[in-house]
Amino acid sequence: MSATATNPVEPFLRMDRIPHIWCPGCGIGTTVNCFTRALMDSKVDLKSLALVSGIGCTGRVAGYVKLDSFHTTHGRAIPFATGLKLANPNLNVIVYSGDGDLSAIGGNHLIHAARRNIDLKVICVNNLTYAMTGGQSAPTTPEHAITATSPYGAFEPSFNLPHLVEAAGAVYVARWTTFHVRQLARSMAEIFKKKGFCFIEVLSPCPTLYQRRNKMGDGLDTMKFYKEKSKVKNGAPTSEVGLTINGEIIVGKFVERDRPDYGSLMKAQFVEALGDRYVDCTETICS
Amino acid sequence: MVAKGTVKIVDERCKSCGFCVEFCPTKVLALSSAFNAKGYHPPYAVAPEKCSGCDLCGMYCPDFAIFGYKNGPAATQEVGDEG
Amino acid sequence: MKADPRGVLTGVHFIDGDQACCEGALAAGARFASGYPITPSTEVVERFASRVPTVGGTFIQMEDELAASITLQGAVWGGAKAFTVTSGPGFSLMMEHIGYAAMTETPCVFVDVQRGGPSTGLPTLPAQADMMQARWGSHGDYEIIALCPNSPQECFDLTIRAFNLAEEFRVPVMFMMDEVVGHMTEKVVIPPADEIEIVPRRHTHKSVEEYLPYETGGDLVPEIAHAGEGYKFHITGLTHDEHGYPNMIPPIQDKLVRRLQNKVREAAERITLYEAEGLEDADVVVISYGITSRVAQRAIELARGQSLQVGKLRLITAWPFPEHIIRELAPRVKAMVVPELNLGQMVREVERSAGGDCQVLAVPHAGGSVHHPEDILKVIVEASR
Repeated sequence: MSATATNPVEPFLRMDRIPHIWCPGCGIGTTVNCFTRALMDSKVDLKSLALVSGIGCTGRVAGYVKLDSFHTTHGRAIPFATGLKLANPNLNVIVYSGDGDLSAIGGNHLIHAARRNIDLKVICVNNLTYAMTGGQSAPTTPEHAITATSPYGAFEPSFNLPHLVEAAGAVYVARWTTFHVRQLARSMAEIFKKKGFCFIEVLSPCPTLYQRRNKMGDGLDTMKFYKEKSKVKNGAPTSEVGLTINGEIIVGKFVERDRPDYGSLMKAQFVEALGDRYVDCTETICS
Repeated sequence: MVAKGTVKIVDERCKSCGFCVEFCPTKVLALSSAFNAKGYHPPYAVAPEKCSGCDLCGMYCPDFAIFGYKNGPAATQEVGDEG
Repeated sequence: MKADPRGVLTGVHFIDGDQACCEGALAAGARFASGYPITPSTEVVERFASRVPTVGGTFIQMEDELAASITLQGAVWGGAKAFTVTSGPGFSLMMEHIGYAAMTETPCVFVDVQRGGPSTGLPTLPAQADMMQARWGSHGDYEIIALCPNSPQECFDLTIRAFNLAEEFRVPVMFMMDEVVGHMTEKVVIPPADEIEIVPRRHTHKSVEEYLPYETGGDLVPEIAHAGEGYKFHITGLTHDEHGYPNMIPPIQDKLVRRLQNKVREAAERITLYEAEGLEDADVVVISYGITSRVAQRAIELARGQSLQVGKLRLITAWPFPEHIIRELAPRVKAMVVPELNLGQMVREVERSAGGDCQVLAVPHAGGSVHHPEDILKVIVEASR
């Protein structure tokens, strides 16, 4: 019997915009596969989903997924997403953006949203560089790496993103690589069910820029590198998961904890202060 | 030997990254010598009988150019849009 | 449609402009504000924070103006009417997102309670030196609408108008107050809700299959949908086509930015609000806005007391600039006198529009206080010679 099977990712894509702009061997498309599998597995209501991205290669995800999607300004996906969520708490709001966008220009918003425990699901695709603009150094670029703006090797200490967001207050923190497709999809499905600020870092190749400049081969070489260097350490202390240019890559689910999310805190405070006078709008209505 | 799964390839989308070939657990795939319109060598099932339909290739493919599915009674797997 | 009574504080109040602005926003249906503290604007959101939990809505104080200026836009796409409030330094930080609102056609209101600048300037003292910035502050070609209240009552009334214009034209509207209007306390009458006209969100009635986020009809304004309704639309700040998809080629760019411009410019005469008096037989017309218009009023009275033929034109909408009024008036008068709390901003628009048909005399002021009526009177008298 001949099957008329469809690629499970296609119903979630704006097929009229495929092929996408990402390079051969880039891992962003791989993360989108994991994302769509997670959507299916978690049975989350697709109508309730909104995806917000910033600027950069990963930011382009918003334009390819068939969801209510918002391609916003550089670094500001999280505050936009915060507004969406607060205006309509029934939305499941995903932020899908890159390492430069989220931790450099967006860094302030990252830590405050984590502090507040806004109910957002943040997928941070980390290719260790600003890829879209030509491969400049980012706060995540490991020391000694060559980039367009560190032509003699980066000398800035780089961010340990899981550590940063855990310290700021995130309730779910994980790191995977694009090699770890099944674990990544599982983590993504888990965060759809978890209330609060959830953060998944995904290491991904940028063969055109980061890997090329650092003579680390192409996308496939990088995937093999991830396979070789990764060590799954669920529950590892995030202070110990920093990255170096050639060293061990600790992956896993590092943090899963419970804290009341922003919405719950807000409601609790108002109920305590105002009692019956508090008007709780689960949906802020536009008149 | 009847394959447990089938792999479906959209040649024109492939950019020969090689992920599917490398990470197929049963080594079903190899890059072909044929070209697509962009000049890339898409994969083909060199050992289709070994396909389990695990869809790891589909999960890895950054270009949405390949996926695998399990054969059998549920041969038509259409993932509907639940929105 | 009529205002939602839950947000309307009907009655006679004795409040300042900042407070009145907040009440205007609530009356207009605003149920979301994101802000960041900055003198002399903060009281607007402080009041909103205090009012909104019993009206039904949300206020969040964000970590900076960069966030505040886009959080409100997320709220708009989530279904709310939303605004933010700031002053000079914060207004500067918000510029990128004002451009984003213009590009994505997000209906919203930005309140700027102007203070002395540049930079940190005079946090507690007035100026009107952000007027050009309100129009041109973000990069690229776009249009905005700007309103200038001159009293707490107008802070209430015109805030409603600002929201209505934002919804009608799907533009960010700049509400250009100044520190004196913001902090002066006067009688403010808030009518019953059923006497307040509200423009509702121009939500599409099209089906999911038919709807295109940026398809427009004759008035060049697209219909909106909100997240969570099943439309699965895409919004981007990149140059885009009717689908909302990035489409970055020159013909699409041309079509898009011209439409963004024309949707406001073609309706300019309809948008324009002004107060005119004595223009028919004037030798000199005093053109002013905001707090300066109240000082100018005194100067005009003094001048008329000296038997001078002085007309008054008060700009309530500063942008789009009412060129058509100036163009028609200029050949009929000897001079236009333009006092402003800046070193010459809107006067340039007057000059441009007058096209040399009459003298245009600025009465600049570096800010920090208001003009003395004598400063304006002097120029009127000179111009009348």
